[in-house]
Amino acid sequence: MAAKIDQIFIIFANWVAGFFPAAWHAAITHVLGVIGIVSIFPALFAITTVLERKGLGRMQNRLGPNRVGPAGFLQPVADGIKSLTKEDVVPFTANGIMHFLAPLVLVVTVFMGFAVLPVGRHMQLVDMDSGLLFFFAMGAATELSVFMAGWSSRNKYSILGAMRAVAQMISYEVPMLLSAVAVVMIVGSLSLPRIVAAQDTYSGIWPHWFIFTPWGFAAFLIYAIAATSESNRSPFDLPEGESEIVAGYHTEYSGFKFALFFLGEYLAMFALSGLGTTLFLGGWAAPFSGLNFIPSWIWFFAKVMMSISVFIWMRGTFPRLRQDQLMNFAWKFILPLALLDLIVTAIWRFLGPGWQQWVVCCAILIVAYVVMGRLAFAVKHIGPRRYRYAEEGSR
Amino acid sequence: MLGEGILKGLAETARNFLGSYVSKERLTTVEYPDERIPTAENARVFPFLVYDGPDWQAGMRCVACQICEKECPPKCIYIEKSKDKKPDYVGKQQFYPARFDIDISVCMSCQICVEVCPFEAIKMDTQFELATDNRFGGLLMDRQELAKSNEYYHQIHPTEASEVDARLAEEKAKVEAKAKAAPPAPAAKPAAPASATPKPAPAAAEAKAATPAPADAASKAPPAASAPKTEASAPTEKPAAAITPEAPAPKPASPKEEPPTGGKD
Repeated sequence: MAAKIDQIFIIFANWVAGFFPAAWHAAITHVLGVIGIVSIFPALFAITTVLERKGLGRMQNRLGPNRVGPAGFLQPVADGIKSLTKEDVVPFTANGIMHFLAPLVLVVTVFMGFAVLPVGRHMQLVDMDSGLLFFFAMGAATELSVFMAGWSSRNKYSILGAMRAVAQMISYEVPMLLSAVAVVMIVGSLSLPRIVAAQDTYSGIWPHWFIFTPWGFAAFLIYAIAATSESNRSPFDLPEGESEIVAGYHTEYSGFKFALFFLGEYLAMFALSGLGTTLFLGGWAAPFSGLNFIPSWIWFFAKVMMSISVFIWMRGTFPRLRQDQLMNFAWKFILPLALLDLIVTAIWRFLGPGWQQWVVCCAILIVAYVVMGRLAFAVKHIGPRRYRYAEEGSR
Repeated sequence: MLGEGILKGLAETARNFLGSYVSKERLTTVEYPDERIPTAENARVFPFLVYDGPDWQAGMRCVACQICEKECPPKCIYIEKSKDKKPDYVGKQQFYPARFDIDISVCMSCQICVEVCPFEAIKMDTQFELATDNRFGGLLMDRQELAKSNEYYHQIHPTEASEVDARLAEEKAKVEAKAKAAPPAPAAKPAAPASATPKPAPAAAEAKAATPAPADAASKAPPAASAPKTEASAPTEKPAAAITPEAPAPKPASPKEEPPTGGKD
């Protein structure tokens, strides 16, 4: 029974496909999968926006939206109606075609990423051998749409935001890929279902998720930081820093195109959370062996929502970085650590099971972290900013 | 240690988030249209005109001296003096404003009009929900809209109103004492001596100035002041206007008549 509920969507898709000739089966199941992805994740987006606003409000000692519907949960509906009925303003000097295409490219490429994401046991649209590569390729394509938006708007704030976004996304793509490479080194496959399957084993009740290994923990932290930056979330939300450049690359977007950008950003966040879950948090695997009776897709979405809440938590906590801090952090701190983590992963792989690999890997990573942290604090332009005049004045 | 501050910050927001479900101090929002906190006693928004007794025209304290109009920095007050006179709280014949407009879209709530008014006639209101859909006339308050009773004044500024009442009562007692010392010339005024006696005095002249003040106001009134202040009985006020020491020929109806000002009353 539990197995049936676990596979209920597959069973449903096959049942629907049964009404069609056999040659169409593959196409029908794929179309149903696409419909599922295209409907579930935007719905999740709607729920997330209202939860985010309420959660952020609580973190800032206020209530958040509570007027529309019960406890404000119909707020996304009101927002959707508003953005649909708003005037769609295109600047007179804008490149019309590019301006129109940019949000579409963003949403489409982000949706493509979901194609390889296993949201449950046997529940991925395409079981690609190079799924991870495909995912990162699609993620990189979002940078194109961001730059299209910024460039075509013919607005200095837009182009500044787009340049910031591209610089930031390319910088952080490197450590993100490297942290994923660590997982690939251990699993020996780029296929996301295989990566999940490698973590879907238990010793006693404890799962073998990669986050519970020293190299995996470090890679997960690097991945989380890079993913926050990739999805332009606070504290890495420089591309749309309201206080500096209005709204960055979507300054000149209004109405539903703006909503599409908004949707695209959140979908990218879901996709990156989903990939992080798949790589490090065991994907759809249950956290304890005894909890396998709960369907795998519930575990997957629960883990994604947990990641999302951490995203929201970080947004409610941290101030925005400066551009130079952002770049220094990416190239001088995160990237060396990611490279070191690859070496540690190799050591872990070749030391073989036993206590030695734990001690060696933990020691290397902790020492590296502490030393690099000390170094970073010592260097003037990376470490904490010193307000010379203010400090002298207070003395 | 690198990352320490990050964890501290996360702990702070987590405390806020979780605390907002258990502690009132972490969620200080007052959901304004549904719930509201009482305004502070010394809050002030725009001026209003105080009147005594039930009838806003008869009891209007303003004597149209136009000091506030002259002192008003943004010049938002417009006053037209009446042609006739009506008795004030001590019974003296005074002019009254035939027209008293305040443009609250111009008013800057500086309270200078209140400070310069020698008659305690203009005070600051705490009413702030004054939004209107009429862009031009809606924010121009005429004297009827501005007139608020002394009871209302006591409600919004209890301490200040009591002080004002005490002061007025003292002044009035002084006037009465004077009237008593110099025996009233027209003996035909039975009410005047009666009113001069401090104790019983339900007399008309007293009741006019007396206000149905709350108990605390009464207690703060100086003992020298005439006691009738406390037994303010509204219904006795109207005839009171007629019988005053210095008004041998009172015009009872005049304050109520609307002067032909062409105003927007």
